[in-house]
Amino acid sequence: MNDYDMMVDAYKEAGGEDVFAESDVAHLVLERDKVLGAHKVEGLEVDAKKIAEDTVKVKVTIKEGYQIENTVHMCFGVLPKEGRQKIDMEVEVQKDAHVEVKADCVFPNAVKVQHIMDAVINVEQGGSYIYKEHHFHGENGGVEVIAKSEIYVKSHGSLVTKFDLLKGRAGKMDFDYEAHLDEHAKVDMLARISAQDDDVIKIRESAHLNGQYSRGVLDSKIALKDKAEAEIYNELTADAPGAMGHVDCTEIIKDNAVARAIPIVDVRHPEAKVTHEAAIGSVDSTQLQTLMARGLDEEEAAEVIIQGLLND
Amino acid sequence: MSKLLEVKDLNLKIEDTEILKGIDFSLEKGEVFALIGPNGCGKSTLAYTLMGINNYYPDKGELLFKGEKINDLKINERAKKGITLAWQEPARYQGVTVREFLSLGLKSKGEEVTEGKLANALNKVAIRPAQYMDRFVDKSLSGGERKRIELAALILMHPELIILDEPDSGVDVVALNNIADMINYFKDSGSGILLITHSEEMLNYADKAALICDGEIIRQGDTSSISDYFKSYCGPCAKSEECETEVAS
Repeated sequence: MNDYDMMVDAYKEAGGEDVFAESDVAHLVLERDKVLGAHKVEGLEVDAKKIAEDTVKVKVTIKEGYQIENTVHMCFGVLPKEGRQKIDMEVEVQKDAHVEVKADCVFPNAVKVQHIMDAVINVEQGGSYIYKEHHFHGENGGVEVIAKSEIYVKSHGSLVTKFDLLKGRAGKMDFDYEAHLDEHAKVDMLARISAQDDDVIKIRESAHLNGQYSRGVLDSKIALKDKAEAEIYNELTADAPGAMGHVDCTEIIKDNAVARAIPIVDVRHPEAKVTHEAAIGSVDSTQLQTLMARGLDEEEAAEVIIQGLLND
Repeated sequence: MSKLLEVKDLNLKIEDTEILKGIDFSLEKGEVFALIGPNGCGKSTLAYTLMGINNYYPDKGELLFKGEKINDLKINERAKKGITLAWQEPARYQGVTVREFLSLGLKSKGEEVTEGKLANALNKVAIRPAQYMDRFVDKSLSGGERKRIELAALILMHPELIILDEPDSGVDVVALNNIADMINYFKDSGSGILLITHSEEMLNYADKAALICDGEIIRQGDTSSISDYFKSYCGPCAKSEECETEVAS
């Protein structure tokens, strides 16, 4: 079996759809610094090339006015037990263009793997970009993910990011997303992560509502057990009239896990409004006992509650 | 033949305070037994002790289910034997759909989950499956909707003993009628029901009743006599000489 087939198999095992043979679905498959597959559709350009050892530069452009009908599929990963993958990603969603991207990052055999993503995302006026990233890191906890995104959303543009890692080990994750919004622009950043053993999660999400009537939501839901640790730093600043935002962080902890939530709300205009909620605690006892009264044991009941929270 | 539930001289202390004192009653299959009492008299604590909630295990006395002592069993072990409890305030679950919630009871019994079974249970509680099956069991549902979905879950679980803790609390007239229908449905299906309430109207749905006051059952018998006594002396609680005379008698 060649690398491409192995990557696609790992992708499917992680829940990815079998779309790589479809001519009307754009895709990109990268294993470490190898471009194993790339397919474009009208209105969408994908340019990927190796620029250094373990490093690939990817440029995605959605041309002005194009609404890409089918979700673009990206599959990134490292197949061996050890390895490094660095992706320098540049995304340009031109004026009034729309695209939805589903990226699956798979490291099924990882013992000592590093995945670094450096992204710059520009959503031009009236453009719309939905980016759903799903990770599967295997059962060894040997993955380190360092993801940094610099995001600019111009007037009336919108960006949605949804990150999830719901099965297996998380390893070490260090996210740093920062978004700058012009007038009437919108951003939603959602993260759903389950961590266990000695996994360490660090998320810094920041959105600056600079334009009037801009909107921002930062929503993190994290479930931790064993000795896992998480620190979630959500920052929302608003300094224009009509700017509105909400920060929501929920963390469920079990065993000896440690969770910290640091919401920063910075409002500098009397007509702007930002709210925040943060809740850290164990599984709710009434929820747990209700499910146990239906015959589930404590572990099963806790899992239903945690998976529900993460699926919300 | 042994009774469905026998509670014998049940005592429970919480942090050195006696909450339940010498509780005695029994319940047959297909029977609705109402336990009425004012707020704070120990009704919900008794319900929780019967189910094993909050680690409430008797300090003294016996809980017998079909003749088997269940004092030390955990919540899920009692549930597997056929006992369940519907809370006064049903829990809400973020991200869990009505379909998933209803399926849990069937799965825990090893029974096949089919869309037809789930829809049938929802129809019985006047909830339209097409509109509700994919909704989350969270704060988007009203209290009445949650109670009816809880009852649908019980229909699928078909337990032998159902403890209904204040089923009429916080529901509208439609939901209340539905709850009354469900009590009759469970009774006709052969389940025993322990109906915990502070409302004498609910006694209309019971076969027999007991009055609990300050952690003790002070009277038990037919529902009309318990209802009359409750109306006379408990609403509001007079702590009157007449009441104490009755207790003494």
